[in-house]
Amino acid sequence: MSAPRRPLPPLPRWADMLVLPLVNIALAFVVVGIIVEIIGVDPFRALELLVVGAVGSSQSIGYTLYYATNFAFTGLAVAVAFHAGLFNIGGEGQAYIGGLGCGLAVLALDGLLPIWLMIPVAILAAALFGAAWAAVPAWLQAWRGSHIVITTIMFNFVASALMVYLMVNVLIAPGSMTPQSRPFGPSAELPTLMGPALNLSIVLALACCAGVWFFLWHTSWGYALRTMGHNPAAAVYAGTNIRRMTLLAMCLSGALAGFVGINELLGVQHRLLLDFQAGYGFAGIAVALMGRNHPLGVALAALLFGALQQGGAELAFDEPGITRDMVVVIQGLVILFSGALEHLPRPWLQALLARRT
Amino acid sequence: MQALTPVAPAIELEAIDKSFGSVHAVRGVSLRIERGSVAGIVGENGAGKSTLMSILYGLYQADGGEIRINGRAVRMDSPRDAIAHGIGMVHQHFMLVESFTVLENLVLGAEGGPLLAGGMAAARAELGRLGREYGLAIDPDALVADLSVGEQQRVEILKVLFRGARILILDEPSAVLTPQETDRLFRILATLKEHGVTVVLITHKLREILAVTDTVHVMRRGELVARRETRATGLEELAELMVGRQVRLHIDKAPLAPGEVRLRAEHLSLVDGRGVRLLDDIGLELRAGEIVGIAGVSGNGQTELLQVLAGLRPPSAGRVEVCGHAIDAAHPGDPAEMRALGVAHVPEDRLRQGMVGAFAASETSILGYHEDEPFSRNHLLDNPAVGAHCATLMQRFDVRPPAPDLRSSSFSGGNQQKLVLAREMARAPRVLLVGQPTRGVDIGAIEFIHRELVKSRDAGCAVLVVSVELDEILSLADRILVMFAGRIVGEVAGSLADERRIGLMMAGAA
Repeated sequence: MSAPRRPLPPLPRWADMLVLPLVNIALAFVVVGIIVEIIGVDPFRALELLVVGAVGSSQSIGYTLYYATNFAFTGLAVAVAFHAGLFNIGGEGQAYIGGLGCGLAVLALDGLLPIWLMIPVAILAAALFGAAWAAVPAWLQAWRGSHIVITTIMFNFVASALMVYLMVNVLIAPGSMTPQSRPFGPSAELPTLMGPALNLSIVLALACCAGVWFFLWHTSWGYALRTMGHNPAAAVYAGTNIRRMTLLAMCLSGALAGFVGINELLGVQHRLLLDFQAGYGFAGIAVALMGRNHPLGVALAALLFGALQQGGAELAFDEPGITRDMVVVIQGLVILFSGALEHLPRPWLQALLARRT
Repeated sequence: MQALTPVAPAIELEAIDKSFGSVHAVRGVSLRIERGSVAGIVGENGAGKSTLMSILYGLYQADGGEIRINGRAVRMDSPRDAIAHGIGMVHQHFMLVESFTVLENLVLGAEGGPLLAGGMAAARAELGRLGREYGLAIDPDALVADLSVGEQQRVEILKVLFRGARILILDEPSAVLTPQETDRLFRILATLKEHGVTVVLITHKLREILAVTDTVHVMRRGELVARRETRATGLEELAELMVGRQVRLHIDKAPLAPGEVRLRAEHLSLVDGRGVRLLDDIGLELRAGEIVGIAGVSGNGQTELLQVLAGLRPPSAGRVEVCGHAIDAAHPGDPAEMRALGVAHVPEDRLRQGMVGAFAASETSILGYHEDEPFSRNHLLDNPAVGAHCATLMQRFDVRPPAPDLRSSSFSGGNQQKLVLAREMARAPRVLLVGQPTRGVDIGAIEFIHRELVKSRDAGCAVLVVSVELDEILSLADRILVMFAGRIVGEVAGSLADERRIGLMMAGAA
């Protein structure tokens, strides 16, 4: 019998929050480099194109931040639900329906309201619609026992089908051949910041990060929500109504996801259309995972994902050997290493730190 | 023929020893059980009887000693070995797949090849034979979920026999059964015995032991203290052997001066979803300035009583009156409401219920009071106030280390318990409900916790202590209520308590 191995001391907080994610990303890029080398492109040149594409000019930085805004909304949505012990896979559908709410509000009121009233009303509508779309699965879980992972996934498909129906049959602009609404009026246009895409929505995203942080750690509701997430039996003991709290957490989550519609529709597209939310809802899961479900972490992870999105697009454009699909592979590897394999380098890091101290 | 040649005993244990960390669970136990007999193993909670049987069944490996089955020394590295030696175990909590049929459960793990049809047909025939032979008839195609608890237990026994067991271990088999189902079980055991099967029964219910066994083995604190022929013993002797002499710790208490009734339960009953009566017509009064202790072997309704009194579970019938406020089936209370009435509750299972392991100690120190001033105003948490509150609690209750920012799960069991107790006692509650105050707590902390409970009582709080540790109840309580099978079966004044009599009541014999 050999002596049992002594367990290594756990990582300090700073290493867990900062060093570990960086090591994970570095590992992902090593694998990406190998793949890029195999398909016959110089990995260092690809990396350079990627970085320059993401942050090389004020325009590219603008795009990076614009993408990051969407990732921040859906990442926060997943994080809030996660703190309540709920796995919200429905960010995609909630973002879609949130956008619908925003679009309906604008289409109905953009001729009546001035911009300083139109924008808040549209934001409110996006939040309400996103929350409502999340409330149904929440209600089904809390009162009927249907698993929220299953119902939120199904609601993504329902949202998609509903939007196609509405866009093709109801909201399509008269005389148009594409399923798009009429353009929004000027009172529903968010001012842009750097380049054509980045708009004031990023301020909303930052406010949401701060708000989520404050809500979770500085209010008694956030306290009760986290208690439920960590230990439902203790939450019941503490007098929390589990059903109502499930509903509250999912509504908050859905509202945050719904804000994708603000960035996309009020900021860039200026009309209601199909698939403006494509992929952001799912990527939000990876963003939240990588950001350790902390608003600050989510903001940083959203930046990384925004940079990958923008830099990847430039890379595919400039380097014929790398296609759009290759960019998806790069993103997938980052998600794999920082999400699914996030604990892989932990023992090495622990051993390293233990030896140093 | 067999009577002439000496038959090796079915089970022989020689100096079996087992420790878990610093806990010496089984201390040099030797016993022999004859082939074709029914043997009972009795003892209080934590006496080591389940551990001993788990060693025999290969779930744990002994630190020392020898196991002989039918005269041959064997190694039990896993239940697989035990099954190979013809030993089968029926656990207290059934291990059945509810959505499978009886037959499917039977062949689970013994399917007899990749194609089910052949194995299933053989199993069906074998099930019929077992049913006829042992009087264990059951519909092979019934879904387990549709069966009664007693029938499910029969499926468990059939599963064991199907695998060819000749030695059957039953762990607290009657804990979940109605009296009628228990009678039926005993008839089955008698039939099994006639067919030469050896049965080992682990229980703390002495009446059952006397009804079905040939020999009784009594365990106490990890040791085998007695072996008796069932014919030659009785309830009194067994109860005394089981409980032994309790060490009564002396705690200084002010003279008893009970005040007004703070909590009253009348005809309180609780029936679970399966129709099992967990609480049966409970009546009790709790007065200011007294400690009432609830004694009993675990699983006799104490947990459920605490849950109902704390508002965690609505009663099925009857009512609870707390400080003039009534709770019954029509108006169930909830924990927040009870807390607002001045009822503090230290739950039996602090890790599962009383705290959040991943939270900082300061966050755990306001669990349940997180909507109250000064911790929150208008739903805004005042984190500095929470931290200061926790630091005060830690100082007053000597929680080590006194670090409000440390994760709750990083504290030792005793310090966790002190923190939970401190939280519940901090707001000078009118009623204090305490479940297992010192479970998993080291000696030093036990004394401290006992002193604090008495201090609380001296200050005029009405304290209800539920504990499976009889010596704890004896040293703390002014009055002792004994629970058995969901009922309060006796009440004794703490100063006059005679542990032998309490032991009898705990075993359902008085």
